[in-house]
Amino acid sequence: MDLEALVACFGSLACVVTQTTSGLIVGLLLFLVAAGLTLIFGVLKIVNFAHGTFYMLGAYIAYSVLRASGSYGLAVLAAGAAMAVFGVAFERFLIARVYGGNVLMQLLICYAVVLIFDDLVKLVWGADFHAMGMPDAFQRAPIFIAGGVVPPFYAGLIAVSLCLAALLGLGLGVTRIGKIITAAADNPQMVSALGINTTALFALVFGLGGGLAGLAGALAAPVRSLSPGMGFSVLIESFIITVIGGMGSIAGALLAAIGIGLLRGFGTIGFPLFTDGLIYAAMILVLLLRPSGLFGREMV
Amino acid sequence: MTPLAREGGIALIVLALLLGAPALFSSPAFEDFIIRLSALALFASSLNLLVGASGMISFGHGMFYGFGAYAFALLMQRTALSLLPAFLLTLGLTALAALLVGGVCIRLKTIYFAFVTLAIQMLFYSVIISWESLTGGDQGLRGGIPRRVIAGLDINHQRHLYQVCALLLVVGLFAMRHITASPFGMTLRMIRDNEARAAFLGIPLWRPKLAVFVLAAVFAALGGVLASLFVSGAYPELADWPISGQAIFAVMLGGIESFLGPLAGSAILLALNDIFTRITEYHGLVQGGVILLFALGLRRGVLDFLRRDRARGEAASR
Repeated sequence: MDLEALVACFGSLACVVTQTTSGLIVGLLLFLVAAGLTLIFGVLKIVNFAHGTFYMLGAYIAYSVLRASGSYGLAVLAAGAAMAVFGVAFERFLIARVYGGNVLMQLLICYAVVLIFDDLVKLVWGADFHAMGMPDAFQRAPIFIAGGVVPPFYAGLIAVSLCLAALLGLGLGVTRIGKIITAAADNPQMVSALGINTTALFALVFGLGGGLAGLAGALAAPVRSLSPGMGFSVLIESFIITVIGGMGSIAGALLAAIGIGLLRGFGTIGFPLFTDGLIYAAMILVLLLRPSGLFGREMV
Repeated sequence: MTPLAREGGIALIVLALLLGAPALFSSPAFEDFIIRLSALALFASSLNLLVGASGMISFGHGMFYGFGAYAFALLMQRTALSLLPAFLLTLGLTALAALLVGGVCIRLKTIYFAFVTLAIQMLFYSVIISWESLTGGDQGLRGGIPRRVIAGLDINHQRHLYQVCALLLVVGLFAMRHITASPFGMTLRMIRDNEARAAFLGIPLWRPKLAVFVLAAVFAALGGVLASLFVSGAYPELADWPISGQAIFAVMLGGIESFLGPLAGSAILLALNDIFTRITEYHGLVQGGVILLFALGLRRGVLDFLRRDRARGEAASR
């Protein structure tokens, strides 16, 4: 523990700015993954333990598309689109077979998918770490805010993620399909009885979740090293975020993600070895005081 | 003959076969397999006390496996206790820890119970990683386990370790079998099937739930002690989440409704692992494919599948 360093950091605006931005990008990337996770749980009552795989594949696809085309924008879109398709296929061919089954059976299937795709990535891209490198558009001098260094890519990433969060919130709250999804989270039988094709809806939700995770992977690729199994730690943390925010709540996920990101940003200075421990402790506390999470509704 | 006597007889025969096997054929590979199997099978069966017998799905059961391994290794390295007292003290300490953790967790139900157990396991893991002076941090407790002698057996020899493991495996499984078949086990099954009805019948739900949580933890720690003897120390991996995952997969592969399901699942899992690591670099690919086949093809554990198949066959022939 190094509380002195933490106090010193809070004393200097530059350090606060740097740690806040790095915390924000960690948190917002996790939010994109967690949003899909929480949406899928809210509507389908499935805990998608393979969600980290979507994120990993998104990052690798973006890596290859950038190599081939040179356009980072195209790479991000391709990763999102590919993972949306992948999400639909995953739901139709695998998850749809175990609806209503034991939660452990879903876990088993997801685990198998994680194993298979970690190895497929190894086959296609190799087992060693890859670095995507900073896209050309962002190779410019960093921005200085109150003495704190903010790389332009970080600023762009924060802006894009916040836009995606706003789009998602707006899309769910205002559009017809968004309202249907929200209704299905409440009562799928009723939605189905009203003549809405819930089979297609479930696939759509999985596609949306997969697409978001793919986007997150592509957005994270320039600032993370790529390796098979990279999805795992992201899965665990976005999982914690959905639990803290409330399973099924997008707003809760955003709040929890930013909280976890900041805890990470400043925790690495104050408690370098125990940052994970703090996050788990936060999760335990929330579960004990409000089992359904900060924004979640009581579920039976 | 009472079921207890019959199963006791079967247990004795199996134990005799296991102990006699080295006299008939000497195979270090087989002994090694049984040693590893005993640790995993005890652990997976203990998880099934929660999952199968009581309907409490825990994602964090590996904490007690790791706790057993670390407590035992620490007691052997830091104190002058000989093996048996250290072993018993480890089980006692685990029961105490499980009482604390269980007291906190059993208030939650279904998926929330699963999450909170996982979070507590990961907190425990973080403590192991960050408390370097006691646990050796991410390097683990190296330096081996001293005084490896019990009842005149020097378990530095694989043969002797094999005998101890075989004995503990059979005795442990028999004890767990007895627990699930007892009135206490019946109570648990009633809670699993209909909690509200059990409560109306006047059962204070928390008491049997907490009791089975502690019992399951103690048996998991038994597996952890064997693992610690096998690896000669204790490593953070023994308390990390994939350990819980492994037990869950062993239980699911073997079958949650059959008592020996977790044992069968552990054997399948270990055998698959051994074979695939030998023949291909991409063992995850093959293993994942096999799991998918099991999960989508059988849709339940192997033993559950066989049992139901037989029941259906009998019904058809009647």
